[in-house]
Amino acid sequence: MSELELVSVTKTYGDIIAVNNIDHKFVSGTYSCLLGPSGCGKSSTLRMIAGHEIVTEGEITLGGTNITSLPPASRGTAMMFQNYALFPHLSVVDNVAFSQKMQGIGKDARRSRAMELLELVHMEEYADRIPDQLSGGQQQRVALARSLITEPSILLLDEPLSALDPFLRIKMRLELKKLQRQLGISFIHVTHSQDEALALADDIIVMNNAVIEQSGPPKEVFNEPRSEFVAKFIGGHNVVHTDQGKIAVRTDRIDVKKRKTKKTVSATVRDVEFLGSTINIALSSDEKDELVAAIPDSVFFNQPVEIGDTVFLDWKTEDAHLLAE
Amino acid sequence: MNNTISPEKTSWMLVSPLAFILGLFLVLPILIIIMVSFWDYNEYNFFPAFISENYDYLLTSKVTLDTYLKTFKFMILVWFFCTFIGFTVAYFLAFHVRTLPMQIALFLLCTIPFWTSNIIRMISWIPFLGRNGIANSTLISAGIIDQPLEWLLFSDFAVVLAFVHLFSLFMVVPVFNTMMRIDKSLIEAARDAGASGFQILTNVIIPLSKPGIMIGSIFVVTLVMGDFITVRFMSGGQSTSVGRVISNEIGLLQYPAAAASAVVLLITVLIMITIMMRFVDIRKEL
Repeated sequence: MSELELVSVTKTYGDIIAVNNIDHKFVSGTYSCLLGPSGCGKSSTLRMIAGHEIVTEGEITLGGTNITSLPPASRGTAMMFQNYALFPHLSVVDNVAFSQKMQGIGKDARRSRAMELLELVHMEEYADRIPDQLSGGQQQRVALARSLITEPSILLLDEPLSALDPFLRIKMRLELKKLQRQLGISFIHVTHSQDEALALADDIIVMNNAVIEQSGPPKEVFNEPRSEFVAKFIGGHNVVHTDQGKIAVRTDRIDVKKRKTKKTVSATVRDVEFLGSTINIALSSDEKDELVAAIPDSVFFNQPVEIGDTVFLDWKTEDAHLLAE
Repeated sequence: MNNTISPEKTSWMLVSPLAFILGLFLVLPILIIIMVSFWDYNEYNFFPAFISENYDYLLTSKVTLDTYLKTFKFMILVWFFCTFIGFTVAYFLAFHVRTLPMQIALFLLCTIPFWTSNIIRMISWIPFLGRNGIANSTLISAGIIDQPLEWLLFSDFAVVLAFVHLFSLFMVVPVFNTMMRIDKSLIEAARDAGASGFQILTNVIIPLSKPGIMIGSIFVVTLVMGDFITVRFMSGGQSTSVGRVISNEIGLLQYPAAAASAVVLLITVLIMITIMMRFVDIRKEL
């Protein structure tokens, strides 16, 4: 099968290290998300896999073949660009058929193949339009069809949903996942949105400062963040300073009590936010940690707290994860 | 205090200065030329009349046809070379020069020759191309030729050379402008789809540069069609063009005949521009 492996891959631009010696195996047929803030090296990593960026050091192999210095089209990868990069002078069907035209396939043959892919993304009705006449979501489907016509074993998506409005983003997210399942090929998706990564990925790779901070299934990355950065970036976590060191505890796993029990952290209520089914209580602990407790509404209204109250925080031992320094 | 000028009135007031200038300096002179083209003239005077003889002579004369053919020949050759050079230079600036400051610096370098006047740039070819000029003496001393080449100066070759020299920049500028707007990710997308460098050029860059090429072509074509001084200087008076005919007629005080020639030339150029506009939606570029 077509497993993609990065071996000690480094990318530098002059003195700036964009990607620092990273290793990762992308299991074939999975949906992976490269997640991180802007400038963390996730896009450079994707572009090196695509062949649009020269690898400074290290190797990239796909299905056992070294593809480190192959041109983009002979790697078995296809890239979908952030702004879709559709050719504005070509109709939708000719955009999709572009790579086949480059191979010298006849007009009728390549157009009928392009129509099949447009049917796959439900865009066959728009075959004769030009990209300017399409909405963002439609352009994205065309871009998808255009990347898939090369029958890649890996589809690379560079922030594919960032140009869409929130409603469409969630809709397209579901479609991307469905398409990946249907095609059975690997998708590698770059994003800075943790929601997107958690919803889509079989494997999340969290990057920061040119290195991989943590990778694994979404459940594992979300429940057991290994570093303070991951805990904060993935969201829904508190980083608490304790005697054993820094720990991460999910905001919805914190109990807010008015009476002191034996293993507690005392804190002052700073703010109370009503979010419908949960209440977010903003707290600051005596160690100056800014914490949030997400409490179900029924629990909160049984024992309401007010701004300025001193409360005692508690959690189960198995919910606390020691963070690497 | 309430401002009581209606939006409609404001619009009219805003367009009126430009309308006035265009009316006075463009529309009115053309109307006068059209009017004079129907006037009559003799050896020393011209006077109001309404005759069609100026046009009758012009449109039936073999000389007119030959002159137009000659001018078209110049135009096509100059257009071809200007487009080739202009596209190449713009392509280099837009896609091979990496940094914006360098692009701007090289672009300004291209414009430096244009700080001197047309005439000076034209005349400076004469010592270069002349019978004992730099080109001939270099070729002779290099042993490539025995006799000086006669066709280098005062020939159609010299005319085309000077035109290309004078007008290439008019192609470089609009083509460069269009190329700078081509999204670089389109080129990556083409490469991702397996396009070779040449295929990227023919399938992506040339189609997307077409509006710029067309604007440059309009500049070059109108400049060549209207020129008279380059043809006279560089051909040593041996070649002709529509512009030279008009200039000669003015020299002979045959203003009505010159006006009629000018009107025919204007119509010809307008037809050519209309045809060129068919190929490209120029409004998208402005």
